[in-house]
Amino acid sequence: MLDINNLTAKIGDKEILRGVNLTVPDGEIHAIMGPNGAGKSTLSYVLSGREGYEVTGGSATYNGQDLLAMEPEQRAAAGVFLAFQYPVELPGVGNANFIRTALNSIRRARGEAELDAVAFLKLARAAIKNLSMPDDMLKRNVNVGFSGGEKKRNEVLQMALLNPGLAILDETDSGLDIDALKIVADGVNALRSPTFSALVITHYQRLLDHIVPDYVHVLAAGRIVRSGGPELALELEAHGYAGLEAA
Amino acid sequence: MTALPTRKLEAWRYTELKSLAAISFAEPKPAKISAPLPDLGLPRIVFVNGSFNAALSNAPDFVGPFAKVLDDSALPLVQINAANAQDGITIDIPAGIDAGAIMLISYANAAEPIAFHPRHRIVLGTNATLTIIEVALGQGVYWHNPVTDITLQEGATLGHYRLQDESAEAFHLATIRADIAEKAAYESFSLVVGGKLSRAEFHTNLNGPNASTHLNAAQLLRGRQHADFTSVVGHKAPNCASRQTVKSVLFDHARGVFQGRIEVAQIAQKTDGYQMNQALLLSPHAEIDIKPELEIFADDVKCSHGATIGALDPEQIFYLRSRGIPEDQARAMLIRAFLTEALEPVTHEAARTFLEDAIETWWARK
Repeated sequence: MLDINNLTAKIGDKEILRGVNLTVPDGEIHAIMGPNGAGKSTLSYVLSGREGYEVTGGSATYNGQDLLAMEPEQRAAAGVFLAFQYPVELPGVGNANFIRTALNSIRRARGEAELDAVAFLKLARAAIKNLSMPDDMLKRNVNVGFSGGEKKRNEVLQMALLNPGLAILDETDSGLDIDALKIVADGVNALRSPTFSALVITHYQRLLDHIVPDYVHVLAAGRIVRSGGPELALELEAHGYAGLEAA
Repeated sequence: MTALPTRKLEAWRYTELKSLAAISFAEPKPAKISAPLPDLGLPRIVFVNGSFNAALSNAPDFVGPFAKVLDDSALPLVQINAANAQDGITIDIPAGIDAGAIMLISYANAAEPIAFHPRHRIVLGTNATLTIIEVALGQGVYWHNPVTDITLQEGATLGHYRLQDESAEAFHLATIRADIAEKAAYESFSLVVGGKLSRAEFHTNLNGPNASTHLNAAQLLRGRQHADFTSVVGHKAPNCASRQTVKSVLFDHARGVFQGRIEVAQIAQKTDGYQMNQALLLSPHAEIDIKPELEIFADDVKCSHGATIGALDPEQIFYLRSRGIPEDQARAMLIRAFLTEALEPVTHEAARTFLEDAIETWWARK
């Protein structure tokens, strides 16, 4: 379970999160929507441990562990996965090698046996097939020369193989055509289980047609200003974010 | 003895030999091997303190003994080598023979400062091929001043992969001269991880049409290590290609130098010359000096030089860490990735693995 309590954070002198309260129980998918500049990406980066964000108050725990006290790699080993809004290119690093190194780092941190190259490839090929992705996805350098849609699919592939307990999807739908959107959504839906939860951050409602959330929260000016069921997303789509802060 | 070059010489502007000049070197004596020598299951030619060691070697028939030659080179270090050379090998591969791969190892064990000046001569006949994996290592204070002369006849291919892993107190000043005939290829890669002060100086002439060369290198330096890569590539015939990708990874107060000159003669139309220098400066005190020179007398040529200097990208490090990869390993992965392009000419699989392992070992040493 992800439990965020009165979380405040700033970048430089600018306060971005101004008291976020949010609980995501295991097995649930929660969407976070909100206008640009509301703090959606900041929330995802603070939870995954990116440098440059200063947490000034509050707490964030995952299964009782203090996320904010952990290194990014420890958070990953604890089961937190961030699907990047802008996945990073790694020239000279092969995708298969990258994902296997990641998977084995996590397995090592958990005291599990590492996978050799053959066992990993078998697993990876099966995942690629499940996600209807091209085979050469593993052979290429990480995200180098990938289209926007391919980069997002690669995030989903990593997610499928690392099998996190909590996935944070930071505007994974941005720049996707409808086919790619469905692949991404299928990837998330395939992970649905009583031990998996997800925080789906999005500006638009359309991703939520495919990943139907249990709850929708609206983040505005650094706070959650409204929460509701999936119907809230439809309401936002119809009326926009204007006036929400007053609500 | 010929005087050591000083920084007044343009070719030595970035590399100061005062610390070498201050040491008085003794004649090398026989020494014991106190560390296991690399063994790739290939024929091995081993030199200890500059002398051929038959007991440790299993040289193939095409390897002959040292032959003293007259040398009127203007290069000061070559003159010093010529005056002092006492040992070395001569390799002669007949036309059409694929001679496989050999290891050439120089091991030094210096109880007191010693200097040795091996002289190697390598000739590949028409369409002959050979791979040489050359390793220099040792312990103590010593000066290793090898000169290697290479002649590649028409269509011959030499893969020359060098690992300079000398002791932290050693001076390694190597000169490699290669004459490359029509359609012949000199493919070289040098990995520099050792030595207090080192230089690899290449003089490569592309003498016949469609000759080609790679002069690639990677310098991985820490502390106050200084490594100099100097090259002069003479394009003396049409349609020749030269490629130089040199990468430097510099920690602490380390200093890397690249000086590369491409000389294109008037006759050498359709020359394709390429130099790329990339440095990762991983400390505010690290330094890289890059001096490319193009001297072009032909009018239909493609010559380029590029240089980038930077640090590891924090976005890339975070991306790797967010996937569970510990920070130190993330940095190692990015440095390996940075070096990949330089290793391109190393097509021999065992040589490639050997060099990649040497990079891993270097990383783990810190």
